[in-house]
Amino acid sequence: MKLNELTLTKTIKMLKSKQISHSELYSAVTQKIDKVNNSLNVYVALDNEAVLKTKNTLDLPLAGVPIAVKDNFLTVGLPTTASSKVLSGFHSPYESTVTKKIRDSGGVIIGKTNMDAWAHGSSTESSDFGPTKNPRNPEHLPGGSSGGSAAAIAANMAIGAIGSETAGSIRQPASWCGVVGMKPTYGRVSRAGVIAMASSTDSPGPIGKTVIDCAVLLNHIAGKDCYDATTSSLAVSDYTAYLSKGVKGMKVGICYVDHPKVKGTPAALAVLDAGKVFERLGATVDLISASDTLMANRILNPNYAIGVYTVVQRAEVSSNLARYDGIRIGRGRDFLATEAKRRIILGTFTLSQSFVEKYYVRAQKVRSLIIQNFHNLFGTYDILIAPTSAGYAQRLGSSADNPLFGEIEDMLLEASSIAGLTGINVPCMRDPKTNLFLGLDIMADQWQEEKILQAAYAYEQATEWNEWVANESE
Amino acid sequence: MKASSFAASDVQKIATLAHIPLTDDEAKALASGFRKVLQVVDELNDIDVSNIEPTHQVTGLENVFREDVIDTTRMFTQEQALKNAKRIVDGFIVVDQILEK
Amino acid sequence: MKVNNMQYEPVIGLEIHVELKTKSKMFCGCKNDPFYAEKPNMYTCPVCFGLPGGLPVPNKKAIEWTILLGMALGSTIASFSKFDRKHYFYPDLAKGYQITQFDEPFCSGGFIKTSFGNVRIRRVHLEEDTGKLIHKTIVEKKVTLIDFNRSGVPLVEIVTEPDIHSSEQAKEFLKKLHQIVRYLEISDADLEKGSMRLEPNISVWIKGSNEIPAYKVEVKNINSFKFVAAAIEYEFKRHVAILEEGKVPVQETRGWDEGKNATVSQRKKEGASDYRYFPEPDIPPLRFTKEYIEALRNKLPKLADEVKDDIIKAYGLNDYQGTILVENVPMLSLFQGTVSLPSIQQANISGTTIANWVINKVTDFSGTAPIDLANQIIGSKTVVVSDSELKAVILNVLEENPKAVSDYKAGKEQSAMFLMGMVRRQLPNVDTNVILEAVKAALKNV
Repeated sequence: MKLNELTLTKTIKMLKSKQISHSELYSAVTQKIDKVNNSLNVYVALDNEAVLKTKNTLDLPLAGVPIAVKDNFLTVGLPTTASSKVLSGFHSPYESTVTKKIRDSGGVIIGKTNMDAWAHGSSTESSDFGPTKNPRNPEHLPGGSSGGSAAAIAANMAIGAIGSETAGSIRQPASWCGVVGMKPTYGRVSRAGVIAMASSTDSPGPIGKTVIDCAVLLNHIAGKDCYDATTSSLAVSDYTAYLSKGVKGMKVGICYVDHPKVKGTPAALAVLDAGKVFERLGATVDLISASDTLMANRILNPNYAIGVYTVVQRAEVSSNLARYDGIRIGRGRDFLATEAKRRIILGTFTLSQSFVEKYYVRAQKVRSLIIQNFHNLFGTYDILIAPTSAGYAQRLGSSADNPLFGEIEDMLLEASSIAGLTGINVPCMRDPKTNLFLGLDIMADQWQEEKILQAAYAYEQATEWNEWVANESE
Repeated sequence: MKASSFAASDVQKIATLAHIPLTDDEAKALASGFRKVLQVVDELNDIDVSNIEPTHQVTGLENVFREDVIDTTRMFTQEQALKNAKRIVDGFIVVDQILEK
Repeated sequence: MKVNNMQYEPVIGLEIHVELKTKSKMFCGCKNDPFYAEKPNMYTCPVCFGLPGGLPVPNKKAIEWTILLGMALGSTIASFSKFDRKHYFYPDLAKGYQITQFDEPFCSGGFIKTSFGNVRIRRVHLEEDTGKLIHKTIVEKKVTLIDFNRSGVPLVEIVTEPDIHSSEQAKEFLKKLHQIVRYLEISDADLEKGSMRLEPNISVWIKGSNEIPAYKVEVKNINSFKFVAAAIEYEFKRHVAILEEGKVPVQETRGWDEGKNATVSQRKKEGASDYRYFPEPDIPPLRFTKEYIEALRNKLPKLADEVKDDIIKAYGLNDYQGTILVENVPMLSLFQGTVSLPSIQQANISGTTIANWVINKVTDFSGTAPIDLANQIIGSKTVVVSDSELKAVILNVLEENPKAVSDYKAGKEQSAMFLMGMVRRQLPNVDTNVILEAVKAALKNV
């Protein structure tokens, strides 16, 4: 097996025990990048001297492993563009908290990955620098907006990766690329130095080859930050410590499989199968049907989350992108591409005096209902599971001319995102004909990262979908 | 305004407010897209939200402050601050003269 | 002003901005010192420079000082409050929005007493300042230069109800507000340097009318109390003339033009701006318990009116003396420093005597040491001393101050005054002229 195909956990072990060297490791990773980056368009910037930065990292927890970082995290030394032409050539004078923490822990940032421009999308097709192709099947999309980071993992072009989720942008590309992607609770990881999209839901998080890999990365990026007033002072536990606890005695609820777009699809069937796996492992599993009003033991129709998310996100986007005027950094607003213009204009509309009550405030009220709904359900259930995406990765070109492509695609993820919950995607089905994957979304209440990691690990170990687990279990 | 009546002229008005340059063709195309989006959003009107407070923050945090101390670790030198600006004169950032606020 | 039997009266509300002199800025740890910065754009960071990824974290002291100001004005302090975003585009506004308070300010209500009646405070809230713009022509092109040192400085905004009905009342109100801010030591409130900014909103009604006029004119660019009064007088006349024609003055913003001694129309806004306010998602809201607010109230220093009552009582001053002394903080400090000296008490000098000296005879309050003033006062009550005693002290002083002696010999007259001062410290009750003559005589003989 080539060194770039190792998991993060194994790589660190082998580096620290001197079984492999940094130069061999980086040689393997770089070879793969050189081979496929031009065609897959995963990285928009690369640090050609990354291996030099592994000096003195062996004693640090991340031991010098190469990490791919989504291009909305500000980095000193590598440019940051959010895949938008507005920021072409922008070299940040300061570092994001997340990438600083990774570096301090011994991780090395090997490059910045492609994304939907400004994170506006679920395909990575609305990047100003061309789409990223799905390494599993390059005629298909990788998902988005963290498509580049998910693809970097799927193609073994990095050992670990960082993405961000506003409503599905980690879990959905992880699902379409067949990798593990985790959205921490909003406020668990600092947003300082991340180009803001929707301030009230943006959640930086890890994307990796296995559940343990994500847990390790989370250990090093989570925590209160004095530069982000919305981070929690809850102590960061060792997220790897709970993994083998298993799911015995856990109460699991299956959601969204009865939705008209999902019912009877391979995605729904895969999730029902996952339910059976959890039952075998000792959990009790219930089917939770949807309802159009708040009812006990029912989950609110995910359609409502689309409306709420569309309004709140675009409102916050219109505000957060007001600073891009070409005066202090970057280029003028005439370099904004169509999707950004769409979102800014709609957001401005929903915040305008005559309509703010009707749209923005109303959406925030429905948000309260969604939060209440989850709160009620988590009074009974430890975790909720659902399909991450209603289907396999779609073909290149699918997102064009559809102003709600992202929102509809992320329908099953928006509710948990706007409620600020935590969720993780693990691969749960692979189509041998297309080599594409389906994903299982495991959600828990705020601050319950341990529960979803436990469940995800148990599922991953009990099933055959993760090739890295299979390769390293010999 | 009904979702169905969102016109190109409405789009231009908002684009002006948001400082987004748009051609007439772009405005027309966006208008039809907005009508679709607003139709979806209008489904929220079916939900009863009387007596519900809006949620603006999901963390439940309150009273997060910083002490009144100077933080030199985060301050830029003039050089760092200006390095990405296109037009500089004597340490000032330059723009063409604008009208009064 | 009476025109055609209708008595017109100005209706004025004031909007005052005060820059707080915290060490650091409102939402970041940058140095708060825009006026004295050596270079432009040297006190910035991701937050106040509006870079991507910059997140605001509120300055606790700035919030406390805002609440103290509200308390000093008798406002109700909100138990729950938050910050909001106010959107507009302008080159000095780095983020394209200003973080301010929209509908839940820290303080509401309150008033300041004036001799013309109470002026009610509508609200006191906290926000961030913008950068500074300089308009220039460079190589025949009109440009604007931007300096972000001031971006993010904490700014308190005080808004009054339109309870002011004359330029005199406006001046009195502003002087009292200025005094309160200075006593609280939260700002230098220097109008010339821009750490206190004034904007009157002016309209005119018929005296006795209960309906607030349907229009108002905002006047900007005023940097002294004198000019506030002048602008009000000017606008009053202008509005009356228009009203007399049966028309209504245009609702607009005008600028005060010092040179013309008039207000000048600025470009008219097309309708009210839509600021698209919404609650600031990056800053958790603020909740103040009763205990917290009462603890803050204990930090409130005595304000002018209370100090005035105190010193009148303690030192037997009259109302005039009390009023003048508390008007000026350095003057008050000098008085309080002098009146408490043991030498003053020993010499049995009354508080009113000292008050009169300070008010009438001292010009440089901060530069005068209480002990020197005390000696001056005591010395004015003269005592005769023997020639020999005087000569002995003088000879001592001349010996101990050879440089002053040689300076005097070289032609420096002030050295004689210096030497006289040194003698007087040892003989504080002797007439200064007597000492001076004796010193000069002694110097002749050296």
